[in-house]
Amino acid sequence: MSNLVTNVGHAHGHDHGHDDHHHDSGEMTVFGFWLYLMTDCILFASIFAAYAVLVNNVAGGPSGHDIFELPYVLGETALLLFSSITYGFAMLAFFRGNKKQVLGWLAMTFLFGLGFIGMEINEFHLLISEGYGPSRSGFLSAFFTLVGTHGLHVTSGLIWMAIMMYQVQKNGLTATNKTRLSCLSLFWHFLDVVWICVFTVVYLMGTM
Amino acid sequence: MIKNRYPRLLGLLPLIGTLLLSGCNMTLLNPKGQVGLDERNLIITATLLMLLVVIPVIVMTFLFAWKYRASNTSATYTPKWNHSTKIEIAVWAVPIMIIIALGYVTYKSTHALDPYKPLESDVKPVTIEVVALDWKWLFIYPEQGIATVNKIVFPAHTPINFRITSDAVMNSFFIPALGGQIYAMAGMQTKLHLIANENAEMDGISANYSGAGFTGMKFKATATTQEEFDAWVSEVKKAPKKLEQAEYAALAKQSQNNPVELYSSVTPNLFQTIVDKYEGMKPGPKVHHEKKEKEVAATDMNSHSAAGAEE
Amino acid sequence: MFGKLSWEAVPFHEPIVMVTIAMIALGGVALFAAITYFKKWTYLWSEWLTSVDHKKIGVMYIIVAMVMLLRGFADAIMMRTQLAMATEGSPGYLPPEHYDQIFTAHGVIMIIFMAMPFFTGLMNLAVPLQIGARDVAYPFLNSLSFWLLVSGVVLINLSLGVGEFAKTGWVAYPPLSGLQYSPGVGMDYYIWALQLSGLGTTLTGVNFLATVLKMRTPGMKLMDMPIFTWTCTWANVLIVASFPILTATLALLTLDRYMDFHIFTNELGGNPMMYVNLFWAWGHPEVYILILPAFGIFSEVISTFSGKKLFGHHSMIYASGAISILGFMVWLHHFFTMGSGASVNAFFGLATMLISIPTGVKLFNWLFTIYQGRLRFTSQVMWTLGFMVTFAIGGMTGVLLAIPGADFVLHNSLFVIAHFHNVIIGGAVFGYIAGFGFYFPKAFGFKLHEGWGKAAFWFWITGFFVAFMPLYVLGFMGMTRRLNATTNPEWVPYLYVAMFGAVMIAVGIACQLIQLYVSVRDRNKPENMCEHGDPWNAHTLEWSTSSPPPFYNFAVLPKADVVDPFTEAKENGTAYKAPAKYEPIHMPNNTATGVVMGALLTVFGFAMIWHIWWLAIASLAGTVIYFVIHAARDDQGYYVPVDVIERIEAEQHKRLVAAGKVPATATRVETSLEQA
Repeated sequence: MSNLVTNVGHAHGHDHGHDDHHHDSGEMTVFGFWLYLMTDCILFASIFAAYAVLVNNVAGGPSGHDIFELPYVLGETALLLFSSITYGFAMLAFFRGNKKQVLGWLAMTFLFGLGFIGMEINEFHLLISEGYGPSRSGFLSAFFTLVGTHGLHVTSGLIWMAIMMYQVQKNGLTATNKTRLSCLSLFWHFLDVVWICVFTVVYLMGTM
Repeated sequence: MIKNRYPRLLGLLPLIGTLLLSGCNMTLLNPKGQVGLDERNLIITATLLMLLVVIPVIVMTFLFAWKYRASNTSATYTPKWNHSTKIEIAVWAVPIMIIIALGYVTYKSTHALDPYKPLESDVKPVTIEVVALDWKWLFIYPEQGIATVNKIVFPAHTPINFRITSDAVMNSFFIPALGGQIYAMAGMQTKLHLIANENAEMDGISANYSGAGFTGMKFKATATTQEEFDAWVSEVKKAPKKLEQAEYAALAKQSQNNPVELYSSVTPNLFQTIVDKYEGMKPGPKVHHEKKEKEVAATDMNSHSAAGAEE
Repeated sequence: MFGKLSWEAVPFHEPIVMVTIAMIALGGVALFAAITYFKKWTYLWSEWLTSVDHKKIGVMYIIVAMVMLLRGFADAIMMRTQLAMATEGSPGYLPPEHYDQIFTAHGVIMIIFMAMPFFTGLMNLAVPLQIGARDVAYPFLNSLSFWLLVSGVVLINLSLGVGEFAKTGWVAYPPLSGLQYSPGVGMDYYIWALQLSGLGTTLTGVNFLATVLKMRTPGMKLMDMPIFTWTCTWANVLIVASFPILTATLALLTLDRYMDFHIFTNELGGNPMMYVNLFWAWGHPEVYILILPAFGIFSEVISTFSGKKLFGHHSMIYASGAISILGFMVWLHHFFTMGSGASVNAFFGLATMLISIPTGVKLFNWLFTIYQGRLRFTSQVMWTLGFMVTFAIGGMTGVLLAIPGADFVLHNSLFVIAHFHNVIIGGAVFGYIAGFGFYFPKAFGFKLHEGWGKAAFWFWITGFFVAFMPLYVLGFMGMTRRLNATTNPEWVPYLYVAMFGAVMIAVGIACQLIQLYVSVRDRNKPENMCEHGDPWNAHTLEWSTSSPPPFYNFAVLPKADVVDPFTEAKENGTAYKAPAKYEPIHMPNNTATGVVMGALLTVFGFAMIWHIWWLAIASLAGTVIYFVIHAARDDQGYYVPVDVIERIEAEQHKRLVAAGKVPATATRVETSLEQA
C-alpha cells in the first residue's frame, strides 16, 4: 500500500491541524501511559497482598523487627523523594524552554535515583551475607520480591532517563521529547508513591 | 436441512433411554449418608427453582424464533421498538426473585452443611486422621491406636470426625456416597464430619489432581455394624506391621497404586507431627524471636556501622 | 553453554509425538516452499507481518486462533480416546506422564491461545470500525501485542518436540507446580508461554480502552457505542484489572522455581493457598473476558438479522458492567472445599448467584429483540439460538456449583467439566464462530458458504450435547476429573458416548474447513461477493465502508449521534454520500519492531526455560535496544494524498452503483456528513 502514497516524513505531522486523530497524539500517549500505570498499580497490589499474607511466616528466621534499619531506609526514602522534586524542576525547565536546565535537573534526578538503588543493593547485600536471603523464609522471600520489584522499576526508570538525556541533548526540546518526559515523569512520581507504601507497610509497620 | 436430520437423532433415543435408566446407580443421587442426602436434596431443590426460569427461556427462544421468522409476514413487525419499561422491569425482576429464593436456600444450607460443624448424634463419634501422601491415603485411628493405607472401616449410624492433612501436594478427600469433600493441605488441618446411614462398601477418592499417580489414589470405605467394626479393629491390632518413624518415611516416598496396608500400632501424635513439619506456615514462636534478637545484636553492630558508613 | 538443553530433550522414543512433529515439520516445509515458489515473502512481510493495520492484525489473530483450535482439539480427541479405551483395568494407550501433559496443554491452549486470540482478533477487526476510527490508539503497540501472543504460541508448541509440557493441569497449583514436585522444564514452558502472551493481552487492554475513550468519531457518545464495542470495552476493563495479577502470580512462581524463594512452597513459610487465591482472582475475570465479547456478537447478530434495534441497549451495557464488576468478587467459589468457613463460603456463593441476574436480563433482551422482528435464519442466527438454549443450561449448572452445599459433592467432578465446556463452547466459542461468519465478509469482501456453515452448526451442537451431557451424569456417578483410567464398569457407556460426541464435533470442524475452502473457491460468484460493504443490511458504522475496508477505513469520519447510525443514514438517505472534497489522511507506517521484538522475546523465553543464561541476557538486552532504536526513529507516519483517496472512493462508488445501493445518476459531490 505504501507505494500508493507519498511519505511526507516525520515532524510535519504536527503542522496539519485538519486531522482529528493525530495532532493530539502526545496527549494520547500520556493517557495510554497512565492506563498502563494503572495495570502496574495492580501488579504492585498483588505483590503487596502476597507480602501481607507472608509477613508473619518467618519460619524461625528473623522478622522485620530484627533486620530493618529505619534510619538507613529513611535516607533511601529521602533520596527518592528529592529525586521527584528535581524531576519536577526538570519539567518546569522544559516548559520554560531551557534545555541546559532540563539536562541539569535530569542529571540530578538520575544521581538521586542511582543513590537510592545503590543503598538498596547494599541493604540486600548485607542481608544476604548475614544469611537472611530470600531463601530463608516466606517472609524474606516476600520482602525481597516486593522491594526488589520496586527496585527493578526504578532501575528501568534510570535507563529510560539516561536515554532521554541523550535524546534531549541530541534533538532538543521537541514535542516527542516532551511527551516522553511527561510519561517518565508520571512513572517516576508513581514509583515515589509506591515507595511510600513500601516504606509504610514494610519498614514502618515492620519495626513498630 | 433440519428435516433430514430427524431420523438420525431419533436413532439416538433408545441409547439415551438406557443411559437414563442406569441413572438409578448415580452415587450422588443415591447417597448412603445423611450429609449426602441433604446435599442431594439441596441440588434437586435448587435445580427445580432454576428450571422455573430456564425452561420458559428455552421455550420462548424456540417460540419467538419460529413466530417471528422472516417468512412469516403475517406477524407484527416493529423495527424501531427497542424499549418497554414494563418488560425491562419484568426481565430484571424475574431473575432477582429467583435469586432471592435461591440465595435464602444457599445461606441456610451453607451453614447447615458446613463440613467443619460436628454432626448431632447420641452416639460417640469415631475420629479418623487422614494424611494424603504421594499417591495413597494414610488413615490413623488415634483412639484405637491403629493405622491403615487405602482402606477405612467405621460403624454406620456413628458420626465420623475426619481430621485431614497432607504430607505432599494438595489433594481432596472425598467419599462420594457419603457427601462432602475437603482439601488435604500440607501444614494445615482441615475437618470433615460425615455419617453413614446404612452398611455399605463405598469408593473413596482424591478429588484434586496431584500428579502422575493420582488416578490410583483410591481407597475403600466400609460402613458396618459396631460389632463388626470392633472385630475389625482387634484384627488390625494383630497385624505384623507397625507404623514407626522408619516405616512412615518409607511409606511417604512416592509410589503408585498402593495395596491396602494395616498397622497394629502407630507412633503417638504422628498426625500432629506431620502437620507441624511445615511449621513455617505459621509465625515462628515468640520465644524464638527474643533469642534471635540477642543473637542478631552482635552481627547487627556490623551492619549498623556498614550502613552508617554508606550514609 | 546450552543450559539444561541436550538431545535427550527430544522425545525420540515417543512414536505419537514424533509422528506429530514430522507432520508439523512437513507442513511447515510445504508452506515455506509454497511461499517461496509463489514469491510471496515480500508481500507477506511488508503487508502482513509488519502491518500495524488493525484489520490485518485482527485477521492474523483469528488465523492463530483457528490453528490453535485444531491443536487443542487434537488434544481433546486424544483424551476422550484414552478414557474410552482405559476402562476396567486397561491402561489405554497414553502413559500418565503423557496424558497429564495433554490435559494441561488442552486447557492452556484452548483458553489462552484459542479463545483469547479469537476474541482479540474479532475485536481488532470490528471495534475501530464500529466507532468510526481509522486505527487503534497505538498501532505499533497492537502489532507488538500480537507478536507477544505468537511468542507464547511458539513456546507452547515447541514444548511438544523439545522437552515436555507441564503436568499440573492448567491451573498449575503449587506445590505440585513447584520445583520439588515438577522439576522438569514443562512448568517453565507453561510459565513463559503464559507470561509473554499475558503481557501482550495487557497491552491490548490498554490499547483498546484508550481507543474507545479517545478515538470515537465526532458525535458518538459513550452510551451510543455499538453493543459489541461495549462488551469488548468491559472485557478490556477486566483485562487491565486482572491480567497484572496473573503477571505477578507467575513472576512469584518463577522466583520460587528459579531462585529458591519460598512464596508458594510447603516449606519455610510459603503459602500454596495464596497461589490458588491469586490465580482465580485473575482466572475468574478471565472467563468473563472470554464470554462478554461473545455476548456482544450475539447481540449484533440478533438485532441485525431480526431487522430490529437491539432491545434494551442501555440495559445491556449496564448488565455487562454488572457482570464485570461482580466477576471480581466471586473467585473463592473455585475452592469452597478449602475449608474457609460457612460465612465466607456463603458470601462468595451469593455473590456468584448475583451474576446470573444481569446474565438472565441479557437472555430476555435477546428474546425481546427477536420479538416482533423478521428473523432471517442464517447460520449466524442458528449459532445464536443454539447458544441461548445451551447457555441457559450451562448457566443453571453454574449457579448450582455456586451453592457451597452442592459444590461439596460436585467440586472437581466431571460435572464441572461439563459445566464450563457448556458455557465456554456453548457461549464463547459459538459466539466467536458466529462472529467469524458475521465479520468474514467485512474482512474479505465475500460471504462464507451457508450450507456448510449450517452443517457445521448442527454437528457442533449435537456433538456438544452428546459429548458433554454424559459428563454431567458421570459427575453424579462420582467420577472426578483428570483421571487417566477408570475401573467402574457403569461409567463405560457414558465414556463411549462422550467419545462419539467428540467425533461429531470433529466432523463439525471439518465442515468449517470445507466451508472455508468452498467459500474461497466460489468467492467470485456474484451471490457471494459483497465488496460494497453491507451484506446483512446491518445497523452500525463498520458496514458503511467497503469490504474489505480501505486501509484508512473511512474517507471522511462518519457522523454518529444515535445508537444505530448506519441504519438511520440509510433511512434518511444520507448513507454513502461523498464530501465536496477529501482531506489528506494521516496514517501510521508499518514497522518490523513488533515482529522483531516478538522473535527476540521468544528466544528469551526459550533461554529462560532451558537455563541458557547468556542467551537470555543477550536476547533481553537485544529486545530493549531494538525498542530504544525504534523509539529514537520517532516515526510520525504519513499523509495519504487526496488523489489516492479519490481513486479508492471512486471504485467503491462504482461497486455501490452496481449493487444498487446508490442510484447511478447521483452526483458524488455532496456535503460531507462530518461538515454538516
